[in-house]
Amino acid sequence: MIKNISNLGDAGLYCDFGKEVNKDTNSMVIKYFKSLQKTKIDGINNLTPSYNKLIISFDLNKTDYKSLKNKIENVEIDLFENLSKEKIKIPVCCEENFSLDIKRLSEKLKLDREKIYENFFNNEYFCYMTGFIAGMPFLGDLDEKIRLKRLETPRVKVPKGSIGITEQFTNIYSSESPGGWNIIGNTPFNIFDSSKENKPNLISPGDTVVFERITIDEYKKLYG
Amino acid sequence: MNTKNFMDKNYLHIIRSGINSTFQDSGRKNLNHIGIPISGAMDNRNFLLANKIAGNEINMQVIEFAYQGPLLKYFGEKISAVITGDVNFKIKKNQNHIKGECYNCFTLESGDELDILSTNKSVYGYLAISGEFDLEYQWRSCSTNTKAIIGANKGKRLKTNQKINISRINKDLSNLKLNYINTKIEQIRVIKGTNFDYFSDQGKKNFFEKSFKVSKLSDRMGMRLEGLTIENIKDPNITSEGLMKGVVQVPPDGNPIIMLSDHGTIGGYPKIGVIISADYDKLVQIPSGSKIKFSNIELKDAETLFKLYEMETQNLISQIK
Repeated sequence: MIKNISNLGDAGLYCDFGKEVNKDTNSMVIKYFKSLQKTKIDGINNLTPSYNKLIISFDLNKTDYKSLKNKIENVEIDLFENLSKEKIKIPVCCEENFSLDIKRLSEKLKLDREKIYENFFNNEYFCYMTGFIAGMPFLGDLDEKIRLKRLETPRVKVPKGSIGITEQFTNIYSSESPGGWNIIGNTPFNIFDSSKENKPNLISPGDTVVFERITIDEYKKLYG
Repeated sequence: MNTKNFMDKNYLHIIRSGINSTFQDSGRKNLNHIGIPISGAMDNRNFLLANKIAGNEINMQVIEFAYQGPLLKYFGEKISAVITGDVNFKIKKNQNHIKGECYNCFTLESGDELDILSTNKSVYGYLAISGEFDLEYQWRSCSTNTKAIIGANKGKRLKTNQKINISRINKDLSNLKLNYINTKIEQIRVIKGTNFDYFSDQGKKNFFEKSFKVSKLSDRMGMRLEGLTIENIKDPNITSEGLMKGVVQVPPDGNPIIMLSDHGTIGGYPKIGVIISADYDKLVQIPSGSKIKFSNIELKDAETLFKLYEMETQNLISQIK
C-alpha cells in the first residue's frame, strides 16, 4: 500500500511505498500503476512507477493536488491481479570489445573474470521498472558477490545494447546514452523499437529476464 | 473541411537549418513508464498563441527553433504564417526585405524567403503556418525527441537542404495579430522538493538567495546551472525514481540541473525543488550565460499563480484580432 502521498511541485503527486527495494514493494507499485492506467482519471499526464515510488504528473488546468490525492486514495486497486510473468531470454556476448569493465570488476571484486560471468549468467532477474532512456529495463537482484558501485566518472557514451551492472541491479542500454554502470557485455537484440507503438519495449516491469552467453559469431548472426 | 489539398505542391525548402529546429506540438502523454518523456513545445504560451494567430487548432504542429532559426524558401500557393516569441526575422520578396513583426500574420508566395535570424535575449521562437505540415506521428504526436529519435522528421532536427511538404493550407488566409511583448524575468519561483532536507543550511540559503548562471550545456532535456554549489549533507544519491519537467536535481558536484520537456524519465539525484507551472514558460526562455534566481513559495500560492497565468493566456487569446 501507499505509505505516504505528498506533492512534487504544483503538478505532481509523490506516492511513497516505503524505503525497501524488493519484489513485494515493487509489485505493489506496479499494481497501483496498472489499476490507475485502467481507471483513466482525467487530467493525469504521466504515471512513472519505479522501485518503491509512483510519481503522477497532472494538468493543473484539469485537476489539482488535493482533489487528485483524494481520488488516488480512494481508487480501487486490483491487489490480486497476477502480474505478467513473462520469461525473456536475452543473448549476451562478452567479447573483449563489449565487456568494457570486466577488468575493473575482476580487480575490485577480487574474482576471476570467468567466475563473474558464471555468477551473472546463473541467475534470473526481475524487471523492477523501465525508463531513464526509452525502454531501458532495471533488473535485479545480482548475487552479492558481484555487486560493485558505479564508475567514478560516468562514460559520455555507452554503446547501444550494453549490459551494465551496479550494486544489486543490472540494466540494458536500449540506445546509446551517457551512463556510469559497469559494462560486462552486449546484446544483439533490439530492446526498444519505436515502430511498435503498442509494445515498443521488449521487457516490461514484472517480467523475468534470463541472460544467455553467446559467441561473437552467434552475435553477428543475431544482429539485424 | 475548409481546406485545399495540394500535397507535395506546397513546400518549404530549408536553406539553413538553424541551431536546434524541430517540429513540436503539445507532446505525448502517458509514456513515462517506458522511458519516453512528454516533450512538446518548450514555451507553451507562445506555442498556443502561434496557432491561434495562424487560425489553426490549438494543437497544430509548429517549427520550434532555439537562438537562431532556419532560413526557408517557400514554393506554392499563397499562405499565411506567424512567428511568436521575441524573434528578429525578415521576409524577402524579390529584392524587398521586409522586417518581420512577431505575433502578426504575414503571407508567403512562391519564391519568398523567410530568414529567422535570432531570438532576442531569449531562447525559443515558433513558426506556425496557416495549415498543416505533412509529418509522421508517433503516439499521436509529431513532437521530435532527438534523444529517443522519435517523432516527426524521423526524430531528427531539421537539416539544411531538406524539403518540408505542406499537406493542407487553410482556405482563409489569416491576417490576425496580437499586440504583445514578452516579459522577461530572472526570478523563478520554486516549491521545495522531496529531498530538501538533504542539503546543508548554507546550501539551502545559497539556493534561494544567490543567483546562478545558465550553462551552455543546457538543451531541451535540461538546464544546467553554475554558481555557488549546494552542499549535500545526507546522501548524494537517492533510490532512482520518476522525474517530471520542472524538477531541480542536485548531483554530487553541487550544481543544480532543472529537468525540461525532453528529460530522462528516471533519476537518482536528490530533488531540492520544483519550478512552479506558472513560471515554466519564462524559465525555458532564459538564455545560457544569463542569471537566474529562485524564490521559495508554497503550493497554495503556486496554484493561485497558475490560475492567473491561465487567465492571462486566455486574455491574450481574446485580444487576437
